[in-house]
Order: sequence, then structure tokens, then C-alpha cells
Amino acid sequence: MRLITHNMLSCNIKGVTNGFPLKIEAEKVIEKEVDFNPDFLKHMFAKIEWKALVEAARAMGYGELPEDSPDVAVIESADETFLKKLHHALLEIHLEEGALVCPETGRKFPVNKGIPNMLLHEDEV
Amino acid sequence: MSSRPEFLAPPEIFYDDSEARKYTSSSRIVEIQARLSERALELLALPEDDVPRFLLDIGCGSGLSGETISENGHQWIGLDISASMLNVAVEREVEGDLLLGDMGQGLGIRPGVIDGAISISAVQWLCNADKSSHEPRLRLKAFFGSLYRCLSRGARAVFQVYPESIAQRELILRHALQAGFGGGLVVDYPHSTKKRKEFLVLTCGSVPTSINDGHKESGSDDDDDDSEDEENGMVCVSDRNRPRKKQRTNKKGKGREWVLRKKEQSRRKGNDVPADSKYTARKRKSRF
Repeated sequence: MRLITHNMLSCNIKGVTNGFPLKIEAEKVIEKEVDFNPDFLKHMFAKIEWKALVEAARAMGYGELPEDSPDVAVIESADETFLKKLHHALLEIHLEEGALVCPETGRKFPVNKGIPNMLLHEDEV
Repeated sequence: MSSRPEFLAPPEIFYDDSEARKYTSSSRIVEIQARLSERALELLALPEDDVPRFLLDIGCGSGLSGETISENGHQWIGLDISASMLNVAVEREVEGDLLLGDMGQGLGIRPGVIDGAISISAVQWLCNADKSSHEPRLRLKAFFGSLYRCLSRGARAVFQVYPESIAQRELILRHALQAGFGGGLVVDYPHSTKKRKEFLVLTCGSVPTSINDGHKESGSDDDDDDSEDEENGMVCVSDRNRPRKKQRTNKKGKGREWVLRKKEQSRRKGNDVPADSKYTARKRKSRF
């Protein structure tokens, strides 16, 4: 699972009001190279919850993202160093084994072979 | 369609390891899936500005439909309930991310982040109750409600469905509309039983200006005169049965006269009817 997906996922248990962001417990992280596409990153940037992304990237062992959300001007500028970092964090780091933890209930969603198991028990629906 | 997989077992059990492999190694299924997903993407009508979009594939299975999305240059998340199917997808090294989840439990995705959703032959599974805790209406409601929330404004969702009956199609459509979606049904090849494919095209937020036409078989539907309303590919959902006349009842009930008339009618038909008496159709005491 890439961090772009993690940034979209929230806990779906009934009664949970703030199930985002899920905390990452990483056991195995792998990296896969993906084609760099600045248009996509610019398109997605508005939708990304920055704090959650920085935290998630740290949990995966990638600490090069700035703490504060950068300006739109940085995104639009010709300098691609920032976009390269964003690209790496969003699309190239994969959580292979580990778990996602709901911030409110502490429920663990295990991640096996890169697939998070988001199935809920019957009493959680 | 003689045997529908929905009738055999729940999806997470039906698509076990062997079925998942069979499904993905059959070149016929692969071809059909590719064609269906190509068509679903077309109906999704994403803006043509070469910017990759972030799509959701519901019931992605072994990632056959996701492959088509990747080929068109978009990023995607796939959701499926069958772990075996997802394992095959991992083996095939699909580019999207995979989630093991049940769409009937609602999608756990943040609001307004997804640019479009497709689903190939999956939504009809929601109409089955496979566990005692399953209630199709609630599951459809949870699914469409959460989908509506996670789509961005103006995004579309396209579902290819195999509804089993008119009632089922109506059930799915009604829940989609209740969740706030606009849109309707696009039918490809409406005159062919084999090639006929139905797509549910839903829009989130703004009303679409036009929904694409259904594909036609060239020259084959000339002999059909009543195809006027299907010309634009839209089919209204309607039942053959007329709604039953509302029975006229008032507070007092139907009265003695009505009962006597009905008894007389029944007698004329030769039925065994108790004789009329002073007790016929009298009012009950108030303690009832």
C-alpha cells in the first residue's frame, strides 16, 4: 500500500467520528520506482492532508518532507525538487507488512503482502 | 445466464484460490473484462487534459479492470472482498493499491478525494444476504452513501451490473438516487441477449449534460419497430404489473351493504357461503 492510499483511508467502524489518520505500524517497507508525473502531483496536492502524510512518511522511515504544508507557489514553480520528494513519498514507498491503527478505538487493521485488511467484524458495522 | 455465481456462495467464499486462478487464466473472461472496463472508463467521461486521475475500482478482483485503468494512465485503488482474488492481483503485479474490504460495510475513504469510480460486475452481489447480519437495503445504503461522500464534486461512478430482475435493478437504482446521485442506466446492445450490457452511470453533484449513447449492433435492429425509446440508449425502469387500486376504505369500514353484495357475488360463483343473518357484518364491540 502506498502513502497516497493511506492518506485517503479512514477508519469505518460505526460510531467513530474521527478515524483519520490511521497510525502506521511498519514492519516491512519496500520501494518501487514509478514514473514521475508532475501534473498528477499538482492535481492531487489539494486533496492531500499534509500533516498525516508527513507523519506517515516518518513512520515509514522517510523524513525529508517539510513539517508545514508548502505554498501553492512552490508547487507551481519550475523547481522540481519538492515535487520529486512528494512523488517519492506518495507513490514509491510501499507498506508491505505491518498494521494500521485506528486513532480513536485502537483497532488494528493488519497489512499483509501490501494489502490492508479493512474488513470489519459484525459488531463494528 | 443459467448459473449466476451470486446464487452459489458469498463472494469471499465463491472466489477461492482455484476459482480466482480460473477466472484470471480464462482468456475469454480477460477479454470481456477489458472491454467492459474500457467502456466504463469511456462513460466516466474524465476530462481529456492528460492529467492522471485518482480512481476507485470497486470489486477489482484480480485487477483485470485495474489494468485497463493503468493503461489509460490513471492511478487507482482497488477494493475487493476476496483475499484469493487479491493474491492473484499481487502476483500479476498490478499498479494500483489493493484493499481487502466489504463494500456493503461502506468505504472507509475520506470525503471528496476520489475523481471517479468504476465497478465491473460487482454491485449485484450487494443484493444478496449471505450472512444473518446482512440486510441488502442497509448494505446498499451504506455503500452508496459512503461512495457519494468520497467522490469529489462532478465526479462520476460507472457500474456495470447484471441485475437478476427488474425489481433488483430498481432496488439498486433507487438506493443510488436516495444517496444523492443523479444519472441513469445506459444499455449497450439492448436487442441482443448475449451481448446486452447494462451500465449504471451516476453523477455526484452537478447534473450531467448528456449521457453517452449505448452501443448498437449495426444493422441488426432495423426490423424492430418499437426501438424508438431505446434509440438514445436510455431505458426507463418499469414493472409490468400495474399498481393495485387503492382500496376505498373509510373509518366506518366497508359496511353491511358491501358485505352482502360480495356474499351474493360469491354465491353466484357457486361457492359455499354462510347464510345472511342479523349478525352479518355487524360492528364489533368497542373492547376489540
